[in-house]
Amino acid sequence: MIFLKRQLPLAITFVVGVIFAVQYYVPHPISEEAITHAADTMKIVAAFALLLGIASLFHVHALKIKRQVPGWGYSFVLYLAMFVMIVIGFWSGGENKVDGAQTGFGWMYEFMMVPLQATMFSILAFFIASAAYRAFRARSREAAVLLAAAIIVMMGRVPLGQFLLPWTWDLTQWLLNVINSAVRRAILIGISMGAVALSVKIILGYERSYLGGGKDQ
Amino acid sequence: MNVVAFLCLLFFSGVAFAAPPSLAPPEGFRVLDTPNDTGKSLSLVWKASPSDSKNRSIQVWAVESPHAAFKKVAEFPSNTRYVKAGDFPWWAQPAGKGEHYVKLSSSQAFPIEDGKSYAVKLLVREGDQEAWSEIAEGRPAPNFFNQAQVNNLVFVLAFTGVLLASIAAARRNPHIYLRRIAGLDAVEEAIGRSTEMGRPILYLTGSGGMDDVSTIAATVILGEVAKKVAHYETSLKVPHRNPIVMAVCQEIVKEAYIEAGRPDAYKDDSNFFITSDQFSYTAAVDGIMLREKPAANFFMGSYFAEALLLTETGASTGAIQIAGTDSDHQLPFFVTTCDYTLIGEELYAASAYLSREPVLVGTLRGQDFGKAFIMSVLVFGTALATIGVIAGTENYFNYVLDLFKDFK
Repeated sequence: MIFLKRQLPLAITFVVGVIFAVQYYVPHPISEEAITHAADTMKIVAAFALLLGIASLFHVHALKIKRQVPGWGYSFVLYLAMFVMIVIGFWSGGENKVDGAQTGFGWMYEFMMVPLQATMFSILAFFIASAAYRAFRARSREAAVLLAAAIIVMMGRVPLGQFLLPWTWDLTQWLLNVINSAVRRAILIGISMGAVALSVKIILGYERSYLGGGKDQ
Repeated sequence: MNVVAFLCLLFFSGVAFAAPPSLAPPEGFRVLDTPNDTGKSLSLVWKASPSDSKNRSIQVWAVESPHAAFKKVAEFPSNTRYVKAGDFPWWAQPAGKGEHYVKLSSSQAFPIEDGKSYAVKLLVREGDQEAWSEIAEGRPAPNFFNQAQVNNLVFVLAFTGVLLASIAAARRNPHIYLRRIAGLDAVEEAIGRSTEMGRPILYLTGSGGMDDVSTIAATVILGEVAKKVAHYETSLKVPHRNPIVMAVCQEIVKEAYIEAGRPDAYKDDSNFFITSDQFSYTAAVDGIMLREKPAANFFMGSYFAEALLLTETGASTGAIQIAGTDSDHQLPFFVTTCDYTLIGEELYAASAYLSREPVLVGTLRGQDFGKAFIMSVLVFGTALATIGVIAGTENYFNYVLDLFKDFK
């Protein structure tokens, strides 16, 4: 049992990890085929895993309806929406359009799903405003610097600001190209080294808590 | 008579001098198998000429079979396509500096397959004048190793060696200093607060799959958080966008509860799938935040536009929020809306920091050596490049600078 749960996954991780690390340096078509094949395999595994996800979704919401926990009505709406979408999806053959005419499935996607997604995305504008208001309150020295930089960049980025304070354009470019880029690159270097270190730990089996358990068992 | 002959000679020699010079064909033309490729391209190289100009064009004519007709596959001004410093590393140069270099890649119009022989010739044109080069032949072949990336491989192997040495050192001497990471120190506080308030803890693993390193880091931290949650007997909720990540997290949380000695407190539905759609998932998680009002929200892993929608909603409920991401474009939103943010590499260091396992902590020291090396290279490289420009000796310094460049 310990072999299937611990040693076999670690062996697979090591072999596959080394193969795909080496693959980066091999331009031969065999190498390209291997990565394409692996990507296809992952897609197949993901498709089967979706069944797990749907089972989890049904289970969680079925329990909510059964126990009538507060907000169970939303779970009922989820079941109803899913049922209607599946039935109309099958009825439309899974196609958005047939002979140029929109199917019921396509209509539901275009006039229900897309507007709902757009609504969520559009809320971002208001959330940015409220988050900016909180961040730019000059309560500390750092927040004051942030506020000053934000005002300069905003003025340098909008036509009215450039008209009123032309020097903000150059200062904005300097802030973005020098200060901002330098910090961003420093963060990216740290991220890259951390990612390589974590990958080495996983490939060599030092980090195994993602298998569950953490310490050697 | 002699005078007439002299005048005739003078006239015709004048005509001869006034005639435009004929075009010379490209010199040193050769066709090579492109190094470090998949075998689906050819490299054309010829010497630069002082008479190269934008008015003079070069046409590339190629054919697969010797019996078929040549086909024009490319055309460009003759004063372009020179080999410049930085195009190739000095240890893998198909052509010398100042030569013309054209990579003829496989296309629908002219497919190139490895193993087949191709004949290529160049046509130089200027006005009505034309000159053909000699026909050169080449056979593309795939390569098993990209020599241009040998520096990358050496650095990866060296860095791996440093990591292994650091791990070995950490095993001998486990007392390694770790600088405090406020966000990770606050994990205990956040879980304690949730316990006191009797509210759940919400943990998100981001939008990536298990092939994303940041998601793996997020799942590793989840294990450490779940152990503390099990200890405090607090409720844990982990909504997922990816069913594979969900399956992995279920196992991790279950094992964490067993390790904490509370297998009875484990709930199978603490990890649950919502949807893989970005904004539908965001709406559902926002709903959970507003209805169930978790006392602590963890945002680990990679995020996109949903980051602010999630964290701003969480902030409005008064929850203590801890974020950790390598999505540098979302960092400002996390810093603004969360109480603590693990920036980039801190996310990867979290498992070592929380578990204090000497082996894991040792890799952090290895990373520090790597960063020290990169900083030294940045200073050294900047100094060399500056001196090179001032002294006009950048060609010599390029030999050193090439070692640190990323060639494809």
